[in-house]
Formats: sequence, structure tokens, C-alpha cells
Amino acid sequence: MAETSAEPLLKLESVHTHIGPYHILHGLNCEVPAGELTMLLGRNGAGKTTTLRTIMGLWQASSGSIRFDGRNITTLPTPDIARSGIAYVPESMAIFSDLTVRENIVLAARSGPVDTARLDWMLGLFPALKRFWNLPAGNLSGGQKQMLAIARAIAEPRRLLLVDEPTKGLAPVMVRSMIEAFRALKAAGETILLVEQNFHAASQLGDNVIVMEDGLVVHSGTMSDLVADKVLQRRLLGLSLDAHQ
Amino acid sequence: MSDVAADAANPPLLPRSRTDWLPLILVPVLALAVLPLIGDVSSWVTLTIAGLAMGMMIFLMASGLTLVFGLMDIINFGHGVFISLGAYATLLVLGPLAGWASANSVALNLALLLLCIVVAMVLTGLVGAVFERVIVRPVYGNHLKQILVTMGGLIVTEQAIHAIWGASPIPIPLPETLRGAFVLGDIVMERYRVVAIGIGLLVFAAMQLLLNRTRIGLLIRAGVENPEMVEALGYRIRRLFVSVFVAGSALAGLGGVMWAFYRQTLTAGMGMEVMVLVFIVIIIGGLGSVGGCFVGSVLVALVANYVGFLAPKLALISNILVMALVLIWRPQGLFPVARR
Amino acid sequence: MTRISNSAKFDETRRQGPAIWLLSSDTPRSLLLSLILIGIVACLFAAPFVFSGSQPLSTAAKICVFVLLVASYDLLLGYTGIVSFAHTMFFGIGGYGIAIALERLGASWESVAIGLVSALALSAVLAAIIGLLSLRVRAIFFSMITLAVASAAAVLASQLSTITGGEDGLSFQLPAELRPAFRPLADPILGVTINGRILAYYLIFVVTVVIFLILLRIVNSPFGRVLQAIRENEFRAEALGYRVVAYRTAASVISALAATVAGALMALWLRYNGPDTTLSFSIMIDILLMVVIGGMGTLYGAIIGATLFVLAQSYLQILMGLGSTALAGIPLLPDLIHPDRWLLWLGALFIVSVYAFPGGIVGHLRRNRSP
Repeated sequence: MAETSAEPLLKLESVHTHIGPYHILHGLNCEVPAGELTMLLGRNGAGKTTTLRTIMGLWQASSGSIRFDGRNITTLPTPDIARSGIAYVPESMAIFSDLTVRENIVLAARSGPVDTARLDWMLGLFPALKRFWNLPAGNLSGGQKQMLAIARAIAEPRRLLLVDEPTKGLAPVMVRSMIEAFRALKAAGETILLVEQNFHAASQLGDNVIVMEDGLVVHSGTMSDLVADKVLQRRLLGLSLDAHQ
Repeated sequence: MSDVAADAANPPLLPRSRTDWLPLILVPVLALAVLPLIGDVSSWVTLTIAGLAMGMMIFLMASGLTLVFGLMDIINFGHGVFISLGAYATLLVLGPLAGWASANSVALNLALLLLCIVVAMVLTGLVGAVFERVIVRPVYGNHLKQILVTMGGLIVTEQAIHAIWGASPIPIPLPETLRGAFVLGDIVMERYRVVAIGIGLLVFAAMQLLLNRTRIGLLIRAGVENPEMVEALGYRIRRLFVSVFVAGSALAGLGGVMWAFYRQTLTAGMGMEVMVLVFIVIIIGGLGSVGGCFVGSVLVALVANYVGFLAPKLALISNILVMALVLIWRPQGLFPVARR
Repeated sequence: MTRISNSAKFDETRRQGPAIWLLSSDTPRSLLLSLILIGIVACLFAAPFVFSGSQPLSTAAKICVFVLLVASYDLLLGYTGIVSFAHTMFFGIGGYGIAIALERLGASWESVAIGLVSALALSAVLAAIIGLLSLRVRAIFFSMITLAVASAAAVLASQLSTITGGEDGLSFQLPAELRPAFRPLADPILGVTINGRILAYYLIFVVTVVIFLILLRIVNSPFGRVLQAIRENEFRAEALGYRVVAYRTAASVISALAATVAGALMALWLRYNGPDTTLSFSIMIDILLMVVIGGMGTLYGAIIGATLFVLAQSYLQILMGLGSTALAGIPLLPDLIHPDRWLLWLGALFIVSVYAFPGGIVGHLRRNRSP
């Protein structure tokens, strides 16, 4: 399904990010090919969230370059990066709890009203949202908020979705439906960069995988290779599937 | 927008509103509760009208400040100078059009008031834009410096008013037909207060419409809650913020005009004097909440009027007492604004 | 890191002797700054002998009082990082404490003591209540609430005229030893006859010096370090286990006490206290100007700021008057440099200071010569 063009959709080259006095990303190199789902794995504090925020321009890279669709977006302000076609779902979900579910979606569709077909598709992915359509989003449960946050990201066509730990803190039932939703998004041809702690969930979804440690990429390749190579898993992630057996 | 709404045919399963009624009920309950204490209805009506008029004027002056704070986490201690500036702007109109003020014509008098408001809002809006660019923009994210630098802006602008219009108080006339009172039986309602209530309600209604029914309103409400996410959705929140700052300054100018005709005297410090009430009101309302600001304004003003009638000695500190009681009840104000 | 260099400094202190010990090892750290400070203190010390007439002595007394007032404010603003607008309230409480006691109880030292102690107690209680109530939520509440409380206090003082004398204020007699007619020595010293007025001046001078040194000790103590840690990063300090509210409230109480003493000194010097001399909001603005222009978080900035400001208040206007008359005829310009507009220019300097010289004059002098 991936059209193998010369350049990947997103490409980070030796990106450094500082937050205040702390040096978080130490020259990150990675790529996200179009039309595929790339998992970003790593321990707490490895720099995954910082990577997403740096791509989004919420934190400014202090050096290096970020190219999106052949265009340098390293120093663009956040709104311009969003307008170039990147959607962001932060770990906190950041839904607007004072606004209704509908208003959250309306706001996310920046270029105009959502057409009916797209809306049906979205609400088909997350039926719960339809039920609470005119309620303040603050009333939703954690899982429903996560659904809204993702629905907001796809309220209008985007080139790339950045999603930070969508299964965190969710009940197993919710995790399963979340995985289903991402499968559906993949099938629809979306390009996704997904941060995940849960290797089990990640291994079911990812086409590609990037593993980070201490602000650097320590491994990148296809997910199937990593799933097959238990030794590599243990070395990279510490908690391999074997450890639980 | 409409076809999105049309699509949601399913009735919601949870109760529709999360609206917090308690603070809203508080005001009428309070007003009715003091009725037996005051004893006679006509005094009660007079006091209530006076309190409402006062509350509307405070609301006009405070609403911009609370929005600016909510949206960009900026606290502008120089906000009071826009009130003074709006008040002095009436001179620009009253000078050439003094005849309109003394004319015994409701139309001319109201036109004059409207013209004063327009001129004041344009002037304060412009100065607000400069203030934002020069004074406020370099100190985003640093409350300490914001307080200091906006105080500096206040000092300089107040002194500039002195330099331009002189340092001594200037009396201004209330337009002819706005003086005096409407008398209904034994109930006396001062005309200007009724006008002030009308204008205040009009502005409040317009703000509610804007905030709840337009995309800009959605953006402002979303921005108050999480400006970063609004940017991540592709909106340039800076531009939004500048507009809100300018609008907030213009509203303060509008409040300044109403306040000026109420006092009928201009002083450069008049804005800073009323800022004490403004701060109390936005703290009571919940920093960033327009609705809270409205309820807080009416609450404070009504209490001040009732207490002034029932126990004049206490009136001096009634504002502080109201604030203390509200903060003990709800430490974040009546309508706490959810933030990241 | 701070802690290590600090203890190193203390070892140095033991070698360097009492002068450094008095300054709690927190020396001016700049030659020029040291010279200016020594100059100011020497002038203040010798004021009764160097300058003739009552006007310069009053200016010197005012400088002393404001040094104390501004230094106590700096503890709050510069070291703790919170902005209070109630500092004049405590200043006023000190003034009214002395005025009411001396007016009601007669011109004795007992009255002074009773007035001062009750004023200190009232200030401490008020500062603690305001701090505990408003610092609990957000530091920015503190600024707004202190503004509200201070204005209520000003209204109270002018309305409760049976106690405070209302807008007119209170005039009173000083104890005999501080009156101009008192002559402790038969012969003049250096050609100046020592009288009660000069004794009063030295009382103010000595109290100011002592409390200033105590404040210097406080900001350099472990307590002061915690305050600065909170200022730099409230959440980290909280996470390290420091009770931020308690520390901030304590700082605001200490600061209020020192301001109360300053108010008492002011009243003693003027033999009068009223809303305009201690309570008005314009004094609050003056304090802000002095502390920021002098240099926040340095304490020495208080000396520079207060001196500069009081001198400007007294003498800049004369200069501007000259300029204004010279420019007569040009529109607006003479109005802008009219003597009454001196605050306009200090206000502009204030804004520039906040942006360009966050450390004020002291910070700027220190930066020029790295420590």
C-alpha cells in the first residue's frame, strides 16, 4: 500500500531539543513513510513525547531539520505546521471540556463544515460520540475523551496523525476498540506516527517501528522483524514478551 | 456547522446541562432575602436598581480583563488606564457637541451618549493595540514582570492624560434628558441608571451570543481552556489574542464613559480607583469566566448597596467580606475555569 | 551549587572580619557600587553636620525611612517573587500606631512602645491572614487581594475619623528628648548644636541600619535561600518538601513588620500621620519605582533606589521646571516636561528597567564587573 517515493512523508535529521536547561533530544534521526503506521516505542523519559511536540513546533528544535512532504517545517510556528496537514493528539487529549462534542469537532474542521460522509465515517469509528453529541465534552469518560481527541484529529483530511499514548489508562475493552479504530484508520490509508508503551498493542498495529532511548533512536525497522526477534526485543525494550512467561 | 448539528439526531442519554446554577440563583435569592430587612418595597427597588446599574458598569469595565487573563494568562494591572482614557474621550465629543448635551431631546442626548461610546471605544482600542505591542508582548509567561510592567504602563499613561488634559478634575454634564428619575407611584428610578442597566445587559447579551454562537466565540472559549491545542488545530492564536486585548480595552473604554457620566467628574486616577472593584469581581467570578464576571459584578454591587442602606459602617468593607466569603466557599471563584 | 559556594563564602568571612560579618557575607560585589553605597551612607550619617537647615535633614530622614520601607518590600518582591500592594497598609499601621498612642496616651516613651508593639502585632496578624488566604490559591491572587485590602484600609482610615483623624490625620507631641528644644549637650559639636531633632534623626538612622542588616541576614540565611528557590521554581520547591505557602506567608509577615517600623519612624519624624503620608496608593507606586530602578532582589538596590527617588522628587522637578520654561511656546512638549510630570519620566525609566535591566542599577553595576 505504500507508494515508495524517494522521500518519506516525514523525515527528522539530527534534531536536538532543549527544554529550559534540559537537553532532551540528542540528534534524532527518523523517518515516517506515507500510508503506513509507524510505532514510536521507548521507556518513560526516552523523549517520545518531546519528539511529537518538536515535530508539531510546540517545542522548538534547537538544531537539525524536520522535513514534511519535502518542505522544511523546523522553524514554522505551530499553526502553520498544523495547516500543512499534521494533526496532533496529545497524551492529555486536550479536549475542550467546556465545549460540546459537536463544538469540539466543528472547531477541529478548520476549513469548513464537515461533510456528511466524513462525519458518518468518524461516528462509525466512534459511535459513543454520537450519543453525547450535544453534551459538554467534560462529561465524557476517559475512553470517550480519547475517541473525541482522535475524531478531532481526523475531522478534516490530514496527511499525518501524531498520536501520543492513546491506550494509556484505558480499560481493556476500550484498548481493544481503540486498536480496532486504528486498524480502520490504517485501512483508510492514513499515515500515523503512534507513541505506545504497550508493546502488545503496538505489535498488533505497527507496520514500522522506531525505538528511542535517551533522546536517540536506537533501532528502526519493520514491526514484523522486531516481533520475530526476541533477543532484539529484550535488548531494546527490556520488558520482552519472554519476561512475562 | 448546521449540517453537523442536523446529523446528531440521537437524543443525549446524560442530563443535558452541566450548568452550575447555584451562583446564578444566589443573586435573586439574596435580593429577595433582604426585602424584609429593608421593609418597604420602594426603597428596595431603588436600591436594587442602583445596585444593578453599578454592577453593569463594573461588568463592562471588568469583562475585558477577565477574558484577556483567561485566554493568554496575562494579568493587566494597567487595565484601569483604559477606563480613565474612555472617560476622558467624552471630552472629545462634549467639546464640539456641547449643544447636544443641553438640548432637551431624548434622541440628541442618546445620540451624544452613543457617539461618546464609539469615540471612546475606538480610542481605547487603538491605545490597547499599542499597549499590547509595546508593554505586554515582551513579558508573556512571566506574571511578576507583567504586573510590574503594566503598572509602569499605568503610571506613564496616567501622566500622559495629565499632560494632555491637565491634572485638575474636570466636571462633565450629564445630558439633559438623562438627568432626574422615572417615578412610578412611590418607586423612584434614576434615568441614567436605567440606561446603564440597558447598555450593560445589551453588551452582556452580545458577548454571550458571540461566545456561544460563533466560531470566534468557540475559539476564545477553547483558547481559555487550552491555547496550545488551539494552535495545534491550526489557528493562529496570537491574532485572536490581540483582537481580544483590543476588544477588552475598548470595553473598558465603554465602561469608562458610563462611569464618567455617572460620576460627572473626570480624574486620571478614576480608572485605578475602580480597579479594586474590578479585581474583586473577576476573582469572585473565577479568573477567565465572563459569566462569572457578570454574576460577580452584580453580586458585589447589590451587596454594597444593601449593606450601605442597612449598616452604613459595614459598607466600607462589604466588598472584601463578599470576596472572602466567596473564596472560602469556592477558592477558585464562582465559575472556576478549567485549564490544562 | 549555591550552597557550596555559600559555605565557602562563610569560611572566607571568618577570615575577613566583622565588616563582612555584619553584611552577612553579601557584599556589594562591585567597586563602583561599594563606593556609591559608602558615599550615601556616609552622607546620611553626617547629614546633620554637613548640610545646614531643616530641609536637607528632612530629605535625609525621608531617605532613611524609604530605604527601610523599600528594603522590606524587596524581601517580598525580589527574593520571594510575589507582588504585594498592601505594603503601604503596613507602613500606615506603623504610622497610625505611633500617632494614635502619642495623641491619646501622651508624649512619653511608654506611648511610643505601646503604639509600636500594637502596630507590629496588628500587622503581623493581618499579613498572616492575607498570606494564608490568598497565597494558598495562586500567587497572582495575592497581588489583586492585597490591592483590595489596602484600598479598604485606606478607606477605613479616612472614615473612622474619631480614631484616625480622618482625612486631616493626627498631629502629636513627641517625647521631650526628641523635641527641637531639647539640648543634651551644652557645647556644639563641630559647630552644630545637638538638639532633639538631631537625636530623632539618629534614632531613625540607627534603626534603619540595624533592620537593614537584619534583613540582609535573613535573605542570606537558609530561610532566604528557600524563598529564592520558591521564586525560581515553585513546583520544584514544593516537590522538595518545602511548604511554599508557609514560607511565603512568613516572608510577607517579616516584610510587613519592617514596613510597620518604617511607618513608625516616618510618623516620629513628621510628628504627624495621615492618609497621604503613609497610606496612599501613590506611595505604593513610589515604592515599586524605587525597588525596580534600584534593583530587585539585591537589598542594596533599596538604598540606591530610595536615595535616587527622594532626590529626584525634591530636585528633578526644579530641573524640569527650567526645561519647561525654556521650551515654552512649543505645543505639548512643555507639558511633558512640566515639573509635575516627573513621574512620567520615572515611569518610562521603570518600564525600561523591567525589560532591559531586570537587576536595576545594582544588577547593572554588578554585571559590569564580574564577581
